[in-house]
Amino acid sequence: MSTDAHYTPYHPKWYRRRVSVWWWLKNRTYAGFVLRELSSVFVAFFAIVLLWEIRAVLEGPEAYAQFTARLQTPLFLALDLVAFLFVLFHAITWFNAAPAAMVVRVRGKRLPDWVVAGSNYVGWFLLSMVIAGILLRG
Amino acid sequence: MARPITPLLWMSFSAGGTIAALLFPIHLFLTGLAFPLGWLDAPSYESLRGLLQHPLTRVYLFVLISLPLFHWAHRFRYILYDGFQLYHLTRSIAALCYGAAAIGAAVAACLLWNVA
Repeated sequence: MSTDAHYTPYHPKWYRRRVSVWWWLKNRTYAGFVLRELSSVFVAFFAIVLLWEIRAVLEGPEAYAQFTARLQTPLFLALDLVAFLFVLFHAITWFNAAPAAMVVRVRGKRLPDWVVAGSNYVGWFLLSMVIAGILLRG
Repeated sequence: MARPITPLLWMSFSAGGTIAALLFPIHLFLTGLAFPLGWLDAPSYESLRGLLQHPLTRVYLFVLISLPLFHWAHRFRYILYDGFQLYHLTRSIAALCYGAAAIGAAVAACLLWNVA
């Protein structure tokens, strides 16, 4: 504890029950929420893999061969599989939340939720095809 | 956390979340599973090197890496507060998470800037 005085909002009663760190396991909605937030850890993991891949490509063919060999180890295959499932979960929950996060109006009328979510899924599919097309060409 | 930058952090959270949702599944599927397992033919070293040479690819990769890192920072800091009840560490956790994301973005910028 620091000894500095700090501002605390007025509170008539400070009694709080301790909540277990595992509070979110008691309920499916809470578990879904925490798993969705945890998906961000795998998002960061893959961002780092991408950095690592770029560095390997820049260093030369040997470094790149080493990178691809490392990705073929069981450890990385398992990590990538788990990360892929979490990233899929992130994508699906993100697109399904889009209609609530963004209200789109066309000529004063609100677009129905399924149109907003659906356009996200269509965009997802098209972009995935373009990226796969570029990477599978060479 | 200083108030004026809160909306900026929130925007980077939502932009990064959108990019991670739209683009990460296919990249992760190809790079992490389909290529290493031999389901699909991986691009040759020369073609990847060629792709990296293009400025558009480098801008794309910078955005693809940096914004999702800020998305991670935003979510992860709330996991630490709410999940582990570390409310008294709010400021240091925020500094640590956004700092880590900023370092990742800087590394990406350095790597991509110096492509010869």
